[in-house]
Amino acid sequence: MSRTVLVLVAAGLMAALLLIGLALPRWLLFLVTLAASHGIVSVGILVIMRGGLVSFGQGLVFAIGGYAAALSFTQLGITDVIVLILIGTAAAALVGAAVGPLLARYTGIFFGMLTLALSMVAYGVLIKSPAVGGSDGFNIPRGTLFGVRLEGAGGDYALYALAILVTGIAATAVALHTRSARGLMTRAIHGNGLRVEYLGTSVQSVMAINFTIAAALGGLGGALTIVALGHIEPTFAFWTQSGEFVFVAILAGSHSVTAVFIASLALELVRSFSNLYFPNTWQMALGLFLLAIILFLPAGIGSLWAGRRKASPSSGGETP
Amino acid sequence: MQLALTILMDGLIYASWLFVVALGLTLVFGVLKILNIAHGSLYAIGAYVAASMVTLFASWGLGGHFALIAMLLAAIGVALVMGPLMERYLLRLFYGRDEVVLLLVTYALFLILEDAVKLIWGVNPYYVSEPYQLFGNVAFASLFYVGYDFALIGLAVVCGIAVWFALNRTRSGKVVLAVIFSREMSASMGVNVDKVHMIAFTLGIFLAALGGAFTAPMISVQPGISVSVIIVSFAVIIIGGLGSIEGAAIGAVIVGLARAAAVHLMPEAELFSIYLVMAAVLIFRPEGLFQRAAARKI
Repeated sequence: MSRTVLVLVAAGLMAALLLIGLALPRWLLFLVTLAASHGIVSVGILVIMRGGLVSFGQGLVFAIGGYAAALSFTQLGITDVIVLILIGTAAAALVGAAVGPLLARYTGIFFGMLTLALSMVAYGVLIKSPAVGGSDGFNIPRGTLFGVRLEGAGGDYALYALAILVTGIAATAVALHTRSARGLMTRAIHGNGLRVEYLGTSVQSVMAINFTIAAALGGLGGALTIVALGHIEPTFAFWTQSGEFVFVAILAGSHSVTAVFIASLALELVRSFSNLYFPNTWQMALGLFLLAIILFLPAGIGSLWAGRRKASPSSGGETP
Repeated sequence: MQLALTILMDGLIYASWLFVVALGLTLVFGVLKILNIAHGSLYAIGAYVAASMVTLFASWGLGGHFALIAMLLAAIGVALVMGPLMERYLLRLFYGRDEVVLLLVTYALFLILEDAVKLIWGVNPYYVSEPYQLFGNVAFASLFYVGYDFALIGLAVVCGIAVWFALNRTRSGKVVLAVIFSREMSASMGVNVDKVHMIAFTLGIFLAALGGAFTAPMISVQPGISVSVIIVSFAVIIIGGLGSIEGAAIGAVIVGLARAAAVHLMPEAELFSIYLVMAAVLIFRPEGLFQRAAARKI
């Protein structure tokens, strides 16, 4: 798919979703909004995962984006949701840029465990900080958009539209990035990092930049989530939250960015319905679902319609 | 001084059962190259089965020291049922895939087992504190400790030495080492690699269940114990270096002491002291304390 076509398709998809949103009931509107804001975090994981690494601590940047936006609202009195989202994204990107070069030295499981440790340290700090509500977190009232307070059904739709547009644009940017020279380098690193080094590229700087991109996306997701949810708590940084992001990324596979949002929506739907009908075994359903995907659809649900080119990149790490 | 001693003792007691669990985890990783998230669930299952077994034994009139046998049987039973089942019918399907994919498979398994445990034993906590009093109290440096805690330290030492001895001083242990070193080469030399995998995995599960069974009297056995244990034992083997027995021992002591120090000096830091230590170790030793440098393949 050429870049122009990609941008056109993305724009078409977003426009279609905005139209569909007019017909959706409010509960589904809210669910899609959440799915989009969570999905964009998983897109960030995919950016890292294309280089052969998995971050188990994306909850860290998710929480940083969320807390930065929420505190800007309650402490600084900034109510415009677009500004809040920008603040959350910037805060997380800054943290990502700071820890990225440090993390870029690690490979495989160690990278995953270190990101997990960082997010759990953040969780531990947040839960013991009464200033930001401790383990209960705190609530954020509905924000404003261009000076209009987002309330009622109209406000819900505005948030939905905002989520679709913001995550859609961000995801398109990521899709374009993966087709750029630097983005393709990430794939080469997954194949064989040492060879890439010999060709004169710094693996560490590529991975550090990928991590920063992922952090920015995580912060974006976090800020968008608190704007829609109206609440934030330390569990944003807990490892189960990070696990869910990885879950969605694996479910989607690295072939298609659209698949991530579909997977994210699937997770939100499964969660809502399971909570309703079999509250005690929904984790089990999730586990079986994950196993089935890994077993029968190793390249994710995205491989159903995209990337039928060659062998899946997940098995491409072997040395020939 | 008194405080330092208290921290030291608490740390060692915490480290003892943690070492047993982490030893199983590191053994499984060493042989199968799988970082098993479901290890924590097996710890929990060990604790639950032990709680049920001790109660069952007591109902047969076999109280007192028979409880120890009940706990040991529980661990063996869990290992013999779950080990071969998980390795042969699940994990084997995914051999040769990315390490990360295998990690996610065990994560899925963890989710499944977590709910399975809730279905079988319910969500109410179980208490089996009778065995905890078996060894009485011990006066040690003007402090009183429960004898059972010392027995646990003994158990950890025995497990560590037994596994080390079996690996390094017996013929079958050396076969396992050969498989760890090179799967293909040992297979072509006539080693039944599948069998080694299954036995090593079952042994790892046994150690997880053993850790669970023998801590059951000290804790309230309830949902959620698997999560805390798996995260902490990951930290232990990451600190020590994946696949290293000495590493697991040192890692367990470091984690135990860090946690005990946090509990006594800065209680609010208990939760993340462990991760702080792990991050600190990884920053200076990116592959853990006891990891040998591996050749990079081009």
